[in-house]
Amino acid sequence: MDTTKPALQLQDVQFTWPGAALPVIDIPQLQIEQGERVFVRGASGSGKTTLLSLIAAILKPQRGSIVVNAIDITAKEAPQADQFRADHIGLVFQQFNLLPFLSVTENVQLPCKFSPTRRKQAVLSGGSTAKEAERLLDAMQLPKNVYSTASTMRLSVGQQQRVAVARALIGSPKLVIADEPTSALDTDARDAFLKLLFNEVKQSSATLLFVSHDSALATMFDRNIDLQSLNRASTDTQHQAESVDH
Amino acid sequence: MLEIALKSLRNRWLSALLAIIAIAMSVALILTVEKVRRDARTSFTQTVSGTDLIIGARSGSVPLLLYSVFRIGNATNNISWQTVEEIRQRESVKWSIPISLGDSHQGYRVLGTTRDYFNHYRYANDQALTFAKGEATDNVFDDVFDAVLGSEVARQLGYSLDDQIVIAHGTGKVAIVTHDNQPFSVVAVLDPTGTPVDQTIHVSLEGIEAMHVDWRSGMAVPGQATLPEQIRQMDLQPKQVTAMLVGLKSRATVFREQRAINEYRDEPLLAILPGVAIQELWSLVSVAENALIIISSFVVVAGLVNLVSVLFAGLNERRREMGILRASGARPAHIFGLLSAESTLLSLAGVFLGLLLHFAVVGIGSIWAQQLYGLTINIELPRLNDVYVLVAILISGVFVGCLPAWRAYRQSVADGMMQRI
Repeated sequence: MDTTKPALQLQDVQFTWPGAALPVIDIPQLQIEQGERVFVRGASGSGKTTLLSLIAAILKPQRGSIVVNAIDITAKEAPQADQFRADHIGLVFQQFNLLPFLSVTENVQLPCKFSPTRRKQAVLSGGSTAKEAERLLDAMQLPKNVYSTASTMRLSVGQQQRVAVARALIGSPKLVIADEPTSALDTDARDAFLKLLFNEVKQSSATLLFVSHDSALATMFDRNIDLQSLNRASTDTQHQAESVDH
Repeated sequence: MLEIALKSLRNRWLSALLAIIAIAMSVALILTVEKVRRDARTSFTQTVSGTDLIIGARSGSVPLLLYSVFRIGNATNNISWQTVEEIRQRESVKWSIPISLGDSHQGYRVLGTTRDYFNHYRYANDQALTFAKGEATDNVFDDVFDAVLGSEVARQLGYSLDDQIVIAHGTGKVAIVTHDNQPFSVVAVLDPTGTPVDQTIHVSLEGIEAMHVDWRSGMAVPGQATLPEQIRQMDLQPKQVTAMLVGLKSRATVFREQRAINEYRDEPLLAILPGVAIQELWSLVSVAENALIIISSFVVVAGLVNLVSVLFAGLNERRREMGILRASGARPAHIFGLLSAESTLLSLAGVFLGLLLHFAVVGIGSIWAQQLYGLTINIELPRLNDVYVLVAILISGVFVGCLPAWRAYRQSVADGMMQRI
């Protein structure tokens, strides 16, 4: 791995939803270094999820380039983009991150089913994907007796979010994207969650991109980005989006 | 992917089970209908065997077949004894069985015939009639009042050897006039054949005459009651019979003989080839047969539609599931594969369960048919045809499963990373 290369580089990126007149994302420049923990703040409707979808190569911008770990994902066709995501990106959602019909450890091992690279990494680190899953759950301070006996849906929301982090981290992806992962947690659970998240992200030397509308968290990160000032489109579109929301 | 599909299905086991049951029912139905159809056809075509010609008064070939072999309906006319004798003496005729119908006992038909019936009548694949109990063929009908029962008659009416039975005139179950002064006695009971023979009471042609000694023009002569002993002394030579079954020395002469009999000068006669007439009759029945097949096919279609609807109905509530899978690195192709795997598993389970259900139904049905009708229904492995049907259902299941799979694929692309609640 070349640590001198930025983890993420956006250049002149513009994205317009099909059928929309104005772009929702218009970012001239953004660079995030390897291992950085970045807080991206933005109100709902400011294009946060769209930006994450672009970085995760789920959406393709109409203009500009997005380079993740020295790989230009905008140049990739859909199947390669999917494979890139499976191999390089760990995702944590706001809530409902787990498949109810799989056990906790099976949920954590899920990315290894789709990415041979991450499976290899997980085996290298833990001996087997199951052991690596347990190691990560352990690191996220989930007691074994909780996750081995209780069904996935019986876990508290805080526990579920920690399982989701373990899943995002298995197989050591270089970029972890968390989309409002703490919005369903109370303050105590939130702080405990963030501590564990930072620890494990650091352990696997991944870059963390953390999106939230809650500016109270901002101080805990290496760097803060205000999406509204970064995104040239947001000044026009935010008002539209908000008026639609309300 | 298969593992995830299995676990996801287990999570939705109720709707999955219902989908499986719907397919299983349709598979069992179509297999069972097909088997009943095949067995009915077999037993139908095996009712009579070895008989080259059936001869009766001129009518249609199907009515003649129906009353002479299936004991359904009545003859419009008889053939005279003189004709019977003349046909018997024709050079190419090997054997002939005259039969006389028109009387009944408790709803079972009484058939007047000769000893030759037990010697020459064949059913299924050249099977002769055998006696379950009672006299050997050589002694049957030694007495005018001897009766030989089909297995079903003996079983249903609880008759055994030496029982006395009274035979009614006419063929209704509740006969108005009975020939009650001339009781017949059971001298033998036949083994089950699975043909109308089981439902027949056989007496000699003389026995039929004896029943009608005190009758003139279909009416009992008042005050006249001839004793059995007196009847035995009488000349009971039949004057006419209803039909006759003929075996030829060489099958090659069958068409020539048929033509000769159809052009018989003294009496208008009709000779039919049983095989041809049975085919003709079956083609009438096959309308119902086709209706059954069409109905079963619709049931199969309904089962498949149900499968698709179960999968479609699940899609919306499973959007999050798809989102999580995609976030974990599943490609749309994986999502498609997951849904296809589900429909394949459901179809496979449905077809398998349907096969078991079919065997259970046939198994229980065969015990029932054995007890009630003495019919042997074999549980057999599905024929090649059935296998084609099963494979077709399976392929259709997989194919229709692609519709929700495609929808899920489209959805997962459109949803992207969005969390739709």
